[in-house]
Amino acid sequence: MTEIRKSPKILVFSSDKISDPGIDQAGLRKIHYSPSIYVISLPCSSGIKPRWILHAFEKGFDGVFIAADGHECSYTPHCPELTNNIITEAQRLMKEKNINPKRIRMAAICSVCAEPFVNHMSNFSKILAELS
Amino acid sequence: MEEPTEKKRIGVYICHCGGNISDYVDVGQLREMMESEENVVISKDVMFACADSNQKQMVKDIQEMKLDGIVVASCSPKLHLHTFRNVASRAGLNPYNYVQVNVREQCSWAHSDQPEQASYKAAGLIRAGIHRVVYSEALENIRISTQKSVLIIGAGVAGMKSALDLAHMGDEVYLIEKEPQPGGLVAGKGKVFPTGEKGSELVERLLAEIKKSGKIKLFTSASIEKISGSIGNFRSTIKTGDENPETLTLTTGAIMVATGAEPYTPAENEYGYHTVPGVITLTEFDELLKSCSAELKYAGKPVKSVSFIYCTGMRQSQGEHKYCSRICCTAAIHSSLVMHEKFGDVRAFHFYRDIRTYGKQEILFEKSSKSGDIYFMFQEKDPPVIEQGKNNIRIRVKDLLTRKTDLEIESDLVVLVTGMVPRRDSETVAQKLKIPVGNDRFFNEIHPKLRPVETVIDGVFLGGSCQGPRNISESVQSSSSAAAKIHAIIRKDTLELEPIVARINEEECTWCEKCAKVCEYDAIFQIETNGKIVASVNEAVCKGCGACTPVCPTNAINIALYTDEGIEGMIDGFIQQVQLKAAAKGEKAEEETAPSVEMKDFPQIWKSIMEEVREKPQTIPAIAAALSQPMELVTYHVMTMNRYFILEPAGIDDNDEYYLYKLKNKA
Repeated sequence: MTEIRKSPKILVFSSDKISDPGIDQAGLRKIHYSPSIYVISLPCSSGIKPRWILHAFEKGFDGVFIAADGHECSYTPHCPELTNNIITEAQRLMKEKNINPKRIRMAAICSVCAEPFVNHMSNFSKILAELS
Repeated sequence: MEEPTEKKRIGVYICHCGGNISDYVDVGQLREMMESEENVVISKDVMFACADSNQKQMVKDIQEMKLDGIVVASCSPKLHLHTFRNVASRAGLNPYNYVQVNVREQCSWAHSDQPEQASYKAAGLIRAGIHRVVYSEALENIRISTQKSVLIIGAGVAGMKSALDLAHMGDEVYLIEKEPQPGGLVAGKGKVFPTGEKGSELVERLLAEIKKSGKIKLFTSASIEKISGSIGNFRSTIKTGDENPETLTLTTGAIMVATGAEPYTPAENEYGYHTVPGVITLTEFDELLKSCSAELKYAGKPVKSVSFIYCTGMRQSQGEHKYCSRICCTAAIHSSLVMHEKFGDVRAFHFYRDIRTYGKQEILFEKSSKSGDIYFMFQEKDPPVIEQGKNNIRIRVKDLLTRKTDLEIESDLVVLVTGMVPRRDSETVAQKLKIPVGNDRFFNEIHPKLRPVETVIDGVFLGGSCQGPRNISESVQSSSSAAAKIHAIIRKDTLELEPIVARINEEECTWCEKCAKVCEYDAIFQIETNGKIVASVNEAVCKGCGACTPVCPTNAINIALYTDEGIEGMIDGFIQQVQLKAAAKGEKAEEETAPSVEMKDFPQIWKSIMEEVREKPQTIPAIAAALSQPMELVTYHVMTMNRYFILEPAGIDDNDEYYLYKLKNKA
């Protein structure tokens, strides 16, 4: 038996205190999403390194989604701006490697955002499926 | 920066969670698969990883097999991260050489509709965990000595009550208040709900207790000049007194911010405020109620009717205050009832958008409705219009309760029900302490439900309405919670902080200052080492957010536990190809009829319950009596065992009173 890849493989960067509990909520409430979605939780979305994003694409991920803290970030009010800078830099590096910049996406996900997370995943999967 | 030493002897534990994971994920195959993973010396699947029996076995495994890293694939780390870190510590393994993999909330439950695919995903997740633990480092918690004293900023009821709580627990408290008198907003209140005690009496009572405690030093007309230091040792410079100011420096282990909020002041001409005579705020109305004795009079004229306009300045879809102030509905209705009680026959009209009198406060709404107060409902887009009438004030409203009928009410007084807004000086406090402020400009806690009184600044706590609008009872509850949290930290001589902080690779660092510029906490500064200027991190101040890491042009900063090797190793683990054996037909059914449970994984009480029902089905009261255990406890465990398919109902007893339970699949 081998793994059936029905939907694009997405790497999600979440944050320990804000978006990861929201993603946990989706599971807790059994709101299903694609099993091709993998999550790495970090303290804050402003701490994601563009090289990690590049590494994910180089290894075979189809998309990277940043489940950002947004304005709810408990570390810094500049979190959205800093995370946006990370995406801009990552997209610059992606262009250099001929990776479509649309393969990276960001949205603020709060600690109870179970449905919004699943909706984002569904929409992003569709976008990625169209790109490939 | 030291290169992490790779771990070569790793133990992997995959939890069934009683079926929460193993019902959807092929735990047995995963265990087999992980046995052959590089660096893994032991791989086990366990019924409940968190059970005492398994924890003891893990300690034994770590010690006997000389494991230098462990991976537990179970529930969300939010539940059991510390449980297994403690297991590692007890076994003599560094707790940071343990990685928890979430195969329940983010796998078995999230993909319960696709069990086979869930197994593939779980394989990737566990492999990622193994890769991460390979690169994990043995980190030591940061130990710092702490002062057994607390600075409380704000001597309102929240600050006063928490000061007393801390004093009762033996801590020394410095309570500072900006105003000449303590008590905050409550000091000026008349009777308060639900006790009926006057605000001033409440404050006096607390003040008398503070004086008696001998542990609390109260400074009034005091302001904070400067705060430095960090958890365990904050140094605060305080200026006291207006006429002959004195400056003193306090050293405290923790700080509680209880600066409160202030009532919203309507804009000029908002509902006729300051332009139509007789339009006042709720705060002004409360003062009027207190100052009038025999008859309610405003500007020398008797008041026979009062109109309350709710949500003034609040819940603005376009304005600054988008939030509901949640206490003002109750405050207005309470004031209306006080008015009826004190002055008898004064008519009250309430113009509201929604009424929020939650919990016990519903009693007030019911009382007001029964007393003859009349309620009109309006929408934000059609607010009431206030105009100067011939002898009084005219209020025009499109009333939703009468199918949007245009109504006109005449009233002697209009009371604008204003909510709470952040204090104008709150940003100064926020800047001095570096506490994050939300969009609503109230102070932000780490999490409103999970960590409601803590801020991201270690040692700085929040209490009362500086976090958002609260009534007296809610304010005191939150500040008492903060007091309990603070005492738990400062009661020890030393405290330990997680070593998740930024670390500089001095060889790579070129001191471009970018890291220092993005750091919200001023944790990064320059030092000279071996004739080279490089960045350095104040570990007690660094919050480990990582904002400094992506901006470094030479990749000279990493956050401990979130290194490049660790994160990229996880990505490699996710993507690795996996082969699983197809489940043979009937295998699943067989598993359901004979769950492979090992007795040693169960809590002792489960074993006792299983013994009781082994021969003959029993009711919960019969099991409780036989085991001499409380009914509630037995009920809880029987229900859990039922959920995990260990027990199942076996009909009802002869009296038709209680269910009988038996071992599942035992005829």
